[in-house]
Amino acid sequence: MSGRIVPILMPKWGLSMKQGTLSSWLVEEGSEISPGDEIMDVETDKIANALEATDGGLLRKRVGMAGETYPVRALLGVLAPPSVPDSEIDAYVASFTAPVVEEADDEEPVRLFLDLPVGRIRYAERPGDGIPVLLVHGFGGDLDNWLFNIDALAEAGSVVALDLPGHGQSVKSVAAPSLTTMTDAVIGLMDSLGVARAHLVGHSMGGLVAGRIGIDRPDRVASITLIAAAGLGEEINGAYLDGFVSASSRRDLKPALAHLFADQGLVNRSMVEDVLKYKRLDGVGAFLEALRGTLFPGDRQATDIADDLAGIGCPCHAIWGAEDAIIPAAHAGAVEGATVIDGAGHMVQMEKAAEVNRLILSWTSS
Amino acid sequence: MARTLSMKDAINEALDQEMGRDPTVVVLGEDIVGGTGSPGEDDAWGGAMGVTKGLIHKHPGQLIDTPLSESAYIGAAIGAATCGLRPVAELMFVDFMGVCLDQIFNQAAKFRYMFGGKAETPVVIRATCGAGFRAAAQHSQMLTPIFTHIPGLKVVCPSNAYDTKGLLIQSIRDNDPVIFLEHKNLYDRETDVPEESYAIPFGEASIAREGTDVTIVTYGMMVPYSLEASETLKREGIDVEVIDLRTLSPIDLDTVFESVEMTGRLVCVDEANPRCSIASDVAAAVAQEAFGSLKGPVAMVTAPHAPVPFSSALEDLYIPSPERIADGVRQTMGERSS
Repeated sequence: MSGRIVPILMPKWGLSMKQGTLSSWLVEEGSEISPGDEIMDVETDKIANALEATDGGLLRKRVGMAGETYPVRALLGVLAPPSVPDSEIDAYVASFTAPVVEEADDEEPVRLFLDLPVGRIRYAERPGDGIPVLLVHGFGGDLDNWLFNIDALAEAGSVVALDLPGHGQSVKSVAAPSLTTMTDAVIGLMDSLGVARAHLVGHSMGGLVAGRIGIDRPDRVASITLIAAAGLGEEINGAYLDGFVSASSRRDLKPALAHLFADQGLVNRSMVEDVLKYKRLDGVGAFLEALRGTLFPGDRQATDIADDLAGIGCPCHAIWGAEDAIIPAAHAGAVEGATVIDGAGHMVQMEKAAEVNRLILSWTSS
Repeated sequence: MARTLSMKDAINEALDQEMGRDPTVVVLGEDIVGGTGSPGEDDAWGGAMGVTKGLIHKHPGQLIDTPLSESAYIGAAIGAATCGLRPVAELMFVDFMGVCLDQIFNQAAKFRYMFGGKAETPVVIRATCGAGFRAAAQHSQMLTPIFTHIPGLKVVCPSNAYDTKGLLIQSIRDNDPVIFLEHKNLYDRETDVPEESYAIPFGEASIAREGTDVTIVTYGMMVPYSLEASETLKREGIDVEVIDLRTLSPIDLDTVFESVEMTGRLVCVDEANPRCSIASDVAAAVAQEAFGSLKGPVAMVTAPHAPVPFSSALEDLYIPSPERIADGVRQTMGERSS
């Protein structure tokens, strides 16, 4: 059938997503769509977000109905130029359904563990060609912070994401955690996986980790992308860190997490529960307190790598949410040509995933 | 990879990890080792329900089979707790608490208070509870209200394997006597459970389902039943919030009030008998503190004021069912029961 017909599919946001609810369409049939346009609101049991178009074209048919729940990769709409007759589109829709579910399993990122000197490290790997993209999350985060990025980036090549020591499902008992603990873990993971060089993409504290590796081990780094990164200035929201580190209940944690997003409605019960489940694990409280004390004492950052970064040989890029309430967007100025995205907070890679993915791909797939 | 575990295995893992972490944690009860000293694994029962199976091999010396005398070994556990151990005593059925009640409510529950805060009694008493097991009136009761009534006791009744592991670990680390009640019919239900140890603090309810029209407040086996009812009601356009209290003492009324302030309607679902129950307790608290938010009378869906029948047909009618819960919700919405 025609390559001119492009399907719009229910996205797969993260390992556990099996289905999603099409809350509402944001575009009409007959409208011209550009990549990055928000085309529908989708809600999962983890998060609600606008689905942004990955392809452009004329929206010929809305197949998915608002309010209905569909499995991952189900056909929700069809893009095609006006020259394609309606009958061909109807035939495309009718013949589409079968392959959907089987495909979903193949594409699940494999989650694995590796034993490094620091302890057990969890990582996710998506095989592919070229220099891998290595995703490094921020303080208190885990590899699921890349929920909306890992699949999109994997379409262009190999992607690896990890849980840093003390985070996610990686080792929790880490004596005197420091920036070196984190950089050693990333390098150790690369060594174990046989990754000679990687495109490092770091969010927040993960940006500091990525930058530090770029400075210390330029031989291991093909490019650096810093997203709302630490290490480029002094200010950091100490009240957020206090709230996040000390919160042990849903009631205390939810307002802290709200600081992370421009659209605070994104902080739903399930997101709060997931963070609480992490924070309840033995050792996490002490770990976070110790790491915070080392890297972000009070309301300032202990490490500034901006000057060192300016001199490194590999390309260095930065992306920031204009409404970042944790690390001010002004810090983006430390990196030449940084992109500041409107309508996004600290978790810009979640809130404006399509745009962030496009930027990263433009820098890593060349 | 997400790992699922049954509630039964989650209890086993919590005991295993806590005994490994702290040598003062000991487990005692009837047949919990089963055939200690006899050859072969076949005789090692691991308790009436097999919950402690295999633990003796990992922690020899930390599990003790006791004589068939609840009054003796519950008393021994409480005494050991006052002397520096952290005993976890397993009682086959909560229904047998009667013969050891003095040790629990007149001794353990009072020590901290009567010794001016200087005595601690870090004992956990685990027991199965609840109907639906075809085990008749003497092995099927939901006696949560009796223990919740006693100041000085903490009372836990989880609804899923994740909460069970975290709440049992918290119970063992807690310095007060905890009554930990496990619904038999939840034992084989699985959820995602982290392999690592974690503790869930007492007194924080979980919102098992978010909704805007009606609040159901419940715990234990009635949580999955209420969620099932909520799915039925969703198709009728009624959006139900389900609050799982998780711990009955301490109780998280703030979460209840916040929810009722939003929905204006309350259904208290309790597998216990209706008089002086968790349901009546929550209904009274809401009437006192959030009356102005209520759009209509509070509904209670409970077992009848009668013993649990042995007849399976009658037992099924006795236990609040998803259908009866849905009817209770419809009632508060001003609709007739179906």
